[in-house]
Amino acid sequence: MADLGPFFPRLSRLTLLCLLSGLAWSADLHVPANVEAGKAFSIPAEGSGEATFYLVGPDHVAKRTVNLGGAVQIESSEVRAAGRYQAILCGSSCSSATFQVKASQPARLSFFLHPSRVPVSMPDSVDATAFVFDQYQNLVLSPNSVDFRVTPATGAAFSKQSPAKNGVAWMRMNSTPHEGRVQVTAALGKVEEARVIQQVAAEACGLRIKATSSGSIMTVETDPVRDCSGNALPDGTVVSFTNIDRAGKSTVDTPIKKGVARGQFRVHGTAHINVACGVVLGNELALKGSL
Amino acid sequence: MKWALAAFIGIVTVILVAFAWFQSGGMKQHAMFSAVTPEQAVQALMTQIQNRNYQQAFASLDPASGADYSSFVRDVAGSDGSLRTYSSLQSSDVSPLHANADQALVRLRMTWSSAVGSLDDVRDVQVRRDGSVWRVVWPKPAVTKVPPQVVSVNYLRWEVIGRNSSQSWGAQDVDSPKVRITSMNAISRPGRVVIVGEVENEDTVPAYLNVNATLLKADGSPIEEEGSFDLISHVLLPKQVSPYRIDFPGVRMDAVKSVRMDARALLVPASADPVIAISDQTLSKDGLSRTVLKGELVNQSGRPVNIAQVLAAYYDDSGKVIWVADGYVDQALMPQVPVPFAVDVPDDIAPRLKNYRVIVNHYSQAGS
Repeated sequence: MADLGPFFPRLSRLTLLCLLSGLAWSADLHVPANVEAGKAFSIPAEGSGEATFYLVGPDHVAKRTVNLGGAVQIESSEVRAAGRYQAILCGSSCSSATFQVKASQPARLSFFLHPSRVPVSMPDSVDATAFVFDQYQNLVLSPNSVDFRVTPATGAAFSKQSPAKNGVAWMRMNSTPHEGRVQVTAALGKVEEARVIQQVAAEACGLRIKATSSGSIMTVETDPVRDCSGNALPDGTVVSFTNIDRAGKSTVDTPIKKGVARGQFRVHGTAHINVACGVVLGNELALKGSL
Repeated sequence: MKWALAAFIGIVTVILVAFAWFQSGGMKQHAMFSAVTPEQAVQALMTQIQNRNYQQAFASLDPASGADYSSFVRDVAGSDGSLRTYSSLQSSDVSPLHANADQALVRLRMTWSSAVGSLDDVRDVQVRRDGSVWRVVWPKPAVTKVPPQVVSVNYLRWEVIGRNSSQSWGAQDVDSPKVRITSMNAISRPGRVVIVGEVENEDTVPAYLNVNATLLKADGSPIEEEGSFDLISHVLLPKQVSPYRIDFPGVRMDAVKSVRMDARALLVPASADPVIAISDQTLSKDGLSRTVLKGELVNQSGRPVNIAQVLAAYYDDSGKVIWVADGYVDQALMPQVPVPFAVDVPDDIAPRLKNYRVIVNHYSQAGS
């Protein structure tokens, strides 16, 4: 349908159809109250002769000529999107009716697991949210129960049922005490979707250093750096060594490699060397250098 | 008429040649070879360096100078892709310290312009009389030679495989690193408000970080928003802490009711190396009687670092960050070779300064 000229340049086809259906003289058009998405059905069309049938849905509009006295066949492809539809039949006059298309059976889960990395033993730190969709990407609003299955790298697997409300099911859980991959699977019937989070070591705990001297060079090395649950902090984590001696203050930020961090200083006289990792402080050494 | 035209062209040519000679430093060069005062000798040398006439500059030095030509050029023009190689001498200031009939000591302040701003190099230079002229004694730069060796480095690097854009909504992705602003202090400086503090990468992956601050009025409306620009270590490794400073020029503290802070982190590929130690940090006075934090940078890795920036956080006796200063080092950090640095301490901060912490930003050319 063409635009109506300069006074109504933006009046769309859809708007006009809706306008027509409201203004036209209405005869009864019997449509089912609820239709499942993607299911074909028919609408009886009383009378004789030809008429024009319009179907206005959330994502498309259809128009075709039909013979009255039979049934207007609605194809499955015409009602894939859930929502409110309007059927309009125009012969000598127009009649219209609305019907609701609801999502079909759950066929897909959109699963969000947040965060992708989490420190161990953190309460309420993992959020799992699943959106239930049918095969046509409609959110399934009918009640369902989603099963969240949690499989840690070490320890027993467990699961938690969560009812989906308005198509969304969610749960919150603590991170477990051991680092490693944790797989969380959202399942609804035969539909499954898996995500993985990486549990990482928390803050360093009991950070300790020891020193060995070689001539004027003092090499300081940490014990294996672990958190309070015994998990090794990942390589690359920065450890800061600070040496205060007669020559002033010396610092070196060095990454953990193979579980330990090392730093080297030239020590002048009596030196106090301490260590920190992030906001965690370790022990302090008092040493005598050879310079 | 013909003769008049020829004379006119001749006169104009002579004027232009004289002008070009003057512009190219001919006058100063002339003064150099006839430098009748120590200051003139140093100024003339600076002119040659400014014009990158290193051969002539070297030729004008006192023969007793310890520097050979290559070390002199390395000293003034930089080497190994250092910041000095990208700099040019903008100006120089000479002030006499001591002089007698045959020798003089002058303080030379060279201001180099570079892509990261101007850099000052202050030296006390000896000048000697050589007949009727004065010549600068340019000492051979102290170069620490590291014995040939193999430095074993276990390179540690993070790479990021992001989400494929063709994947559907809800597909798995990796989160941005978690960072935390551990301290923030708004201070009033002449003609500006400054936000200083520290930020920590709390995550187990490297972060590319920007800290922004918005000054708010009493009614909650923003006055101005600024970022930390280069006064922060943008790439933070896991558990690394960086100071930051955000300047708000032209804003008065009494107009500010509150500050909104925003630390944005991106997950980026990064390398855990090189490790740069900062040794022998002490507070002292420089040649211009300013308080400076001095020390040495030692590249403990096996590859050169071309450009290094020193960031220093100053704390008061309660452990609060009261200032963040920075300074670029114009020499490359060769492996195991100590390179001196100095960072300014503002005069009003110095009496309250009780502790400090220094970190190094670094840049290395690929393949160097």
